[in-house]
Amino acid sequence: MVIVVGWLVRPTLNVKPWVEQRPVKDIDGDGALRLPTIKVGLGVFLTVATSLFALLISAYHMRMMAADWVTLALPRVLWLNTAVLILAGVAMQWTRSAAQWGQIDNVRLGLIAAGVLTFSFLAGQLWAWQQLNASGYFVRNDPATAFFYLLTALHGLHLLGGMWVWGRTTAKVLRGVEVAKVRLSVELCAVYWHYLLLVWLVLFAVLLHTHT
Amino acid sequence: MVLAGVLVLLVVGSVLFHYLSPWYFTPIASNWDTIDETVTITFWVTGFVFVVINLFMAYCVLRYRHRKGKPAHYEPENKKLEGALVLATTLGVIAMLAPGLFAWAKFIDVPKDAPVVEVVGRQWNFNYRFPGADGALGTVDARFISAENPFGMNPDDPKGQDDILISSPELHLPVNKPVKVELRSIDVLHDFTVPQFRAKMNMVPGLVTYLWFTPTRTGDFDVYCMQLCGIAHFAMRGKVVVDEEPAFKAWQSSHPTFAQTRTQVAGDAAAGKPLYAVCTACHGAQAEGNPALNAPKLSGQADWYLRRQLKNFKLGARGTHDKDVFGKMMAPMAATLADDAAINNVVAYIKTLPDTPAPPTVTGNAKKGHDAFETCGACHGADGQGTWATNAPRLKGMSDWYLVTQLKNFKEGIRGAHAKDMYGPQMGFMAAILDAQETNDLAAYIDTLR
Amino acid sequence: MTTVTHDESPYAPPAEVGEVELYHPKTFIGKYIWSQDAKVIAVQYAITAIGVGLVALVLSGIMRLQLGFPHEFSFINPSNYLQFVTMHGMIMVIYLLTALFLGGFGNYLIPLMVGARDMVFPYVNMVSYWVYLFAVLLLMASFFVPSGPTGAGWTLYPPQAILPGTPGANWGIILMLISLAFFIIGFTMGGLNYVVTVLQARTRGMTMMRLPLTVWGIFMATILALLAFPLGTSFFMPALVSRGEHLGYNGGSPILFQHLFWFFGHPEVYIVALPAFGIVSDLISVNARKNIFGYRMMVWAILAIGGLSFMVWAHHMYVSGMNPYFGFFFATTTLIIAVPTALKVYNWVLTLWKGDIHLTVPMLFAIGFVFTFINGGLTGLFLGNVPVDIPLSGTMFVVAHFHMVMAVSPILVVFGAIYHWYPKVTGRILNDTLGKFHFWVTFIGTYAIYYPMHYLGFLGVPRRYYAMGNSVVIPDSAQSLNAGITIAALIVGAVQAVFLYNLIWSYFRGKPAGGNPWRATTLEWQTPETPPKHGNFGPELPVVYRWAYDYSVPGAAEDFIPQNQPPAKTPGGPEKTLEKTLDAAELGPQKLDASGMPKPVGG
Repeated sequence: MVIVVGWLVRPTLNVKPWVEQRPVKDIDGDGALRLPTIKVGLGVFLTVATSLFALLISAYHMRMMAADWVTLALPRVLWLNTAVLILAGVAMQWTRSAAQWGQIDNVRLGLIAAGVLTFSFLAGQLWAWQQLNASGYFVRNDPATAFFYLLTALHGLHLLGGMWVWGRTTAKVLRGVEVAKVRLSVELCAVYWHYLLLVWLVLFAVLLHTHT
Repeated sequence: MVLAGVLVLLVVGSVLFHYLSPWYFTPIASNWDTIDETVTITFWVTGFVFVVINLFMAYCVLRYRHRKGKPAHYEPENKKLEGALVLATTLGVIAMLAPGLFAWAKFIDVPKDAPVVEVVGRQWNFNYRFPGADGALGTVDARFISAENPFGMNPDDPKGQDDILISSPELHLPVNKPVKVELRSIDVLHDFTVPQFRAKMNMVPGLVTYLWFTPTRTGDFDVYCMQLCGIAHFAMRGKVVVDEEPAFKAWQSSHPTFAQTRTQVAGDAAAGKPLYAVCTACHGAQAEGNPALNAPKLSGQADWYLRRQLKNFKLGARGTHDKDVFGKMMAPMAATLADDAAINNVVAYIKTLPDTPAPPTVTGNAKKGHDAFETCGACHGADGQGTWATNAPRLKGMSDWYLVTQLKNFKEGIRGAHAKDMYGPQMGFMAAILDAQETNDLAAYIDTLR
Repeated sequence: MTTVTHDESPYAPPAEVGEVELYHPKTFIGKYIWSQDAKVIAVQYAITAIGVGLVALVLSGIMRLQLGFPHEFSFINPSNYLQFVTMHGMIMVIYLLTALFLGGFGNYLIPLMVGARDMVFPYVNMVSYWVYLFAVLLLMASFFVPSGPTGAGWTLYPPQAILPGTPGANWGIILMLISLAFFIIGFTMGGLNYVVTVLQARTRGMTMMRLPLTVWGIFMATILALLAFPLGTSFFMPALVSRGEHLGYNGGSPILFQHLFWFFGHPEVYIVALPAFGIVSDLISVNARKNIFGYRMMVWAILAIGGLSFMVWAHHMYVSGMNPYFGFFFATTTLIIAVPTALKVYNWVLTLWKGDIHLTVPMLFAIGFVFTFINGGLTGLFLGNVPVDIPLSGTMFVVAHFHMVMAVSPILVVFGAIYHWYPKVTGRILNDTLGKFHFWVTFIGTYAIYYPMHYLGFLGVPRRYYAMGNSVVIPDSAQSLNAGITIAALIVGAVQAVFLYNLIWSYFRGKPAGGNPWRATTLEWQTPETPPKHGNFGPELPVVYRWAYDYSVPGAAEDFIPQNQPPAKTPGGPEKTLEKTLDAAELGPQKLDASGMPKPVGG
């Protein structure tokens, strides 16, 4: 973190601010990242989300070492869900390239496909919860189950947040706005989807690793 | 002007307060002078900084206050000055840190030959355990905890058989002998602190923590729990008595080993029946109690509680206060029970008697009593059935008028204040929060719990 | 040294939020309730935070009555006492100070000080406030559920936090955790705005090293919070979902929880402290009519403190039963963090030195802060040094220390800042007499509360005790000390009513302030209107030519030069700039010629 901020002040690191003298045109945008603000915003948010998931996973690992840990059997449907989420990521990537090439029809198709796949993933996750519940596990039963619900729920909530942006973008595309106006949104969606796919793969690996 | 003066006054006042006020460390009673010395060094370093910076600030406020035509001096930074200050600060920090780290190294390095004593924390009491002749503590596990085995001793561990169990919050230690204190909790986080020893450590469920010290003078010392552990946290107190070696040995040998507590036979109700004849006159044939004679209902009360109270009466821990008129009547009666076996037998007999709820006699606002009972329920159980683990007797269905009298006695120090009454002081703390009306309300509410 | 030329090219609008994209509220509700204007959101945050802080203040008054007069005031029982301790702590640290510094001052000052029209994501910013308000309401709701709010202490240590021996173990703790989760969600929304606005929306010429320290403090605190709060969720949530597991487990998880808690909890101290550091630097500089001494060191100190704050957490745990060898490491890192902190104190005092000190009400509070902070910081050296902590931890010494350093000190800054910026927010100056009265009672009163309290800690009086009762160590005289502390606390508490009265009275009757009543250099004082309109700066954003601390510059016409004032052309030639003058002045007075103007140096 200090490194990041250090990098930001890098251009002015050795400058004495009270004698700093440069033409305004050189100062313009000093230190600011030459990226769209919304992208910087997403970057900061993903950093925060990463720290959240990383810390949860480490808390999970440490809790697991306690003697009262009981493992639970993961529902098989999670494998299917994983495949669906990967497909959703692929669809998003495809949409992104379509947006770059300006193919509005493909953008429309890709967005809808990605949305449907993502909803299927979320439904599949709910189904997994249902299965766990049916087989007698309940949130309060033991820490392993509690962590499973917690991790999947948080991941799902992040996806739902993404779906909100997806919904707005898709609505725009369906209304027929030109492709340039949604290019940035599509790109942000794609980055976000890839990120959440990555998070899910890590989470799934962690859960699998400790349940076999 | 005023501000500068006030700053100077606050500095001077703080220093004077430090030297003149009667409040400071209690006289030390252990080998941890090094800790006190580190504190003294820290006081000198920080005190110096405190006085110098604040007086300088006061000087600046006075000297450089706004005056027409006197602009501020322009100086963006002064690397030399800042560097010198950083250096001086670092030296000051080292002066405090170095002795501190040495003291800490000693604190965590237990002498090899130090004998062990275990402190067991539970809501809201301290118990203690000494290793027996073999010098090693037996293993324990939360699964073994029960009314007969409050320490959770592993019954199959040969090392544990000779462990000496102190089921009271009072611990005796020999003077001038280092001791390693192993700390264990059986429910939540607790803490073991004796201010005069300067030593302190948390007790953590699932872990054994430790500290060590050498008591350097004889006397009585309070033990405090300094880690928030629930409603009665403030009432979780113990006592350490530092004795000369012989007195310590005598005290230690007056307590049973784990093996001895296991061989104590359960009371024999048949043998208890004739002994109970004495009690009948007041408490009634069915131990149903008699308000007219100020004798409470006994049937249905927990056996461990009845045993403890009979012993208290015998020991003089109860029924010896001048104002405890009815307790004084009970004391000679308890004395008729010759030994622990007799107490066990009579309690076993009482246990066979039918448990019919005592009739309500107290009028009060049960609704208000319900709110007040929230606190009581933490120990006595949400429905007042009593909880062995918290040393809290049953309340529901027992004589309500007796409850009112006893709460008053606790509040006024007539009961529970005796030095030998181990669990009484805690109830004293709790009773102190009730006034007469609230006591009646409580009793009225407890009458509804049946 | 290069010759300086100033770009005379016509003004080019910055790439950030343009006037056209700004959202324009039409209705009253759009303007003041569902507002997306950071300034309105700031006031919403501030009012909510102060409101909930008043609840916590009342709770502390009740607790003090119990401690000071245990026999006369037995109207709370031990459960209530612990509940009030918990709620007081949690509200003051999280819902008041964090929300007020970042949500209140952050929202108001960041866009104005960096020269932006608004936060970069105004909609998210608005949602942030409403989520925060919801978190506050949830927390308040816990007073009305069966068996009341949780009494687990603000640290919420398991296992006791979720066991029936602790008050509020069923409903209270759940509401507390859910409320915290919402607070964190709301904060993340706001925090994204504060960080990205500072990164992206600075106006032309506003380099990072020209930012006022207020912005630096808030910026760094937000980064700390963004990194630390997810941790908050990550340990609170397992605590919530694994309710019900308790007795008899053999893991070390209670200590694990404490590690996680303090890894979050210690940075939280700096989340409150860094904005205070920043704001007080500006208050002192303005009122001493002198640049903040050693600006660059101040920035580096903020960065160093922020970085180190993640490496000292276990100094809260010396007696927790953790591996004792950790003690060596954490005592060392903790005492190292004292060095940059001490440097900040030196630089505040050195800013006063040879200054032109105007003892305005904000300045009184700033100096009060420095005094209090020195005291609280120094007692931190006691608790940071591991063997000294042993006898003192868990006693009233700890309570006295952290109130000095992270309660009274930041609150004094909050007051100073409110007296300072109220004229910008409302256009009127707060009443001076009432302000001075408020300062004196608060400053001396809080010192009278907390300084003696350290000595109760030396005696061994434990914290979080409902009553001491009879004890061997604690003399009866300690009880009279406790009573004295209570009286001081009640007086200080009551005087806050004067402050509230002043806030309301001055809103209607206060002296009109004008645009720049303190004659300050930073951009928020250079707005065309006071209070600033939506969009802050009129049709064109300001261009920044200098740092934020050009006070009493030799040769300048006034004793302050606003950041957006273009350099004057000196008579020597059109290319010579004022900055040039400053640089020469820095070399020392001997370089100046008789007229007080610098000799030309370099090319």
